Amino acid sequence: MAIANLPLILRNVSYRVGEQKLLDDVSLTVSSGAPTAILGPNGAGKSTLLHIAMGLMRPTSGSISWGGCSETTPHRRAIVFQRPVMLRRTVRGNIIFALAQTDCPAEAREGRLQSLLEKVGLTALADRPARRLSGGEQKRVALARALARDPDLLLLDEPTADLDPAATRAVEAIIADAAAAGMKILMVSHDAAQVRRLAGDIHFLVNSRLRESASAATFFSETASPLAQSFLRGDLLTETTP
Amino acid sequence: MMEEPSAWRLIASADPALFGIVYLSLKISLSAVVAAGLMGFPLGALLAFTSFPGRGALIVLTNAFMGLPPVVVGLCVFLALSRSGPLGSLGLLFTPTAMIIAQAILITPIIVALTRQTIEDLWSEYRNELLAMGLSPLGCLLTLLYDARISLLTTLLAGFGRAAAEVGAVMIVGGNIEGFTRTMTTAIALETSKGDLPLAMSLGLLLILIVIGVNASTWLLSALARRRMG
Repeated sequence: MAIANLPLILRNVSYRVGEQKLLDDVSLTVSSGAPTAILGPNGAGKSTLLHIAMGLMRPTSGSISWGGCSETTPHRRAIVFQRPVMLRRTVRGNIIFALAQTDCPAEAREGRLQSLLEKVGLTALADRPARRLSGGEQKRVALARALARDPDLLLLDEPTADLDPAATRAVEAIIADAAAAGMKILMVSHDAAQVRRLAGDIHFLVNSRLRESASAATFFSETASPLAQSFLRGDLLTETTP
Repeated sequence: MMEEPSAWRLIASADPALFGIVYLSLKISLSAVVAAGLMGFPLGALLAFTSFPGRGALIVLTNAFMGLPPVVVGLCVFLALSRSGPLGSLGLLFTPTAMIIAQAILITPIIVALTRQTIEDLWSEYRNELLAMGLSPLGCLLTLLYDARISLLTTLLAGFGRAAAEVGAVMIVGGNIEGFTRTMTTAIALETSKGDLPLAMSLGLLLILIVIGVNASTWLLSALARRRMG
């Protein structure tokens, strides 16, 4: 599979709203392979970074490129937001809508829909209004919509925030399957345990700045940064953290 | 209240004159609603969706025009369509078409303003999802209009309510000509002034029944759609 969106490269990216810096001089490269996680406490700028990585926001300074191209129109990349919005349609309608925005021919959509429903375990709920589903089920609808784009880069914003353990396990299984199939996952999480379960490499973000980048094995066993050590110990990192 | 039985008898006997008036009223009001919808939905959606200098002022103006006085609209349409007016050569004054134009002008701001608010709210909700799926601006607009269809139906209903109950503008531009431009509201005004209260009452009852019927149908349709689509 040709991965058109990789490497994803951010060079000295900053994002400001007025005087407030939401991202401060962040540089990182995301290449193919195991899932990459942006780890950090709430308010670190992780979601802003993901929106920029998707092309939904332009950095106020610095640059970003996908496979060497700086065109922002999302082609074969998809995102699942922390609180995905369900269109006012059934589960089936939501996924068919996403398929209709791709190159998938109309006559192939029904087959693809069934395969996606099966993949996210929602076949039995296909005709239910998507807005009436539980949080975990809505996440799976959002994942199916994202997978409908057949992305080579899938961005996930806190993919299991607010979900119970069973729903978390179901969502993580879908993510692991997608990664095993060769899809590059870039996920944002404040959950170190989840990152440990899923990620191959980690970028640690605190107070808008990238503090550390390392493979997951290195990060969890011999991280050098005192901030990361503090975070992994479970200390509370706040906005006043230097 | 003494006249009420007579009013019911008039309705029950399916009086042709009475139902002719009802038919013309519905034809005019529904045509005005369709015309206003065709203009108001795209305009409201564009206003919700685009950003340009003066947009705020235009929104304020549209909202203010929701309360346009019917007699003023009637007067303006009368002046435009009268023989010496800019559209006098069309010969539309004192015809049902003139009444449709007047009612459409009255209700278009209602549909524009309510559509703008509906689409703007939905756009703030859907924006990131639709952009992330790579939809073009036109694709976004059509999706918003489709997904807001139930709310937009209620918008049309508000327009129909205003059109069906309106008397000042249609009286001025239609002339209340029997069998040609006499609607329920103008007939009620005329028959009341003549003292024919049974006919006025029966028309009033029918008007209320029609408005309740249309509202009930829309409510049922909305409830059904919400149950199916969420």
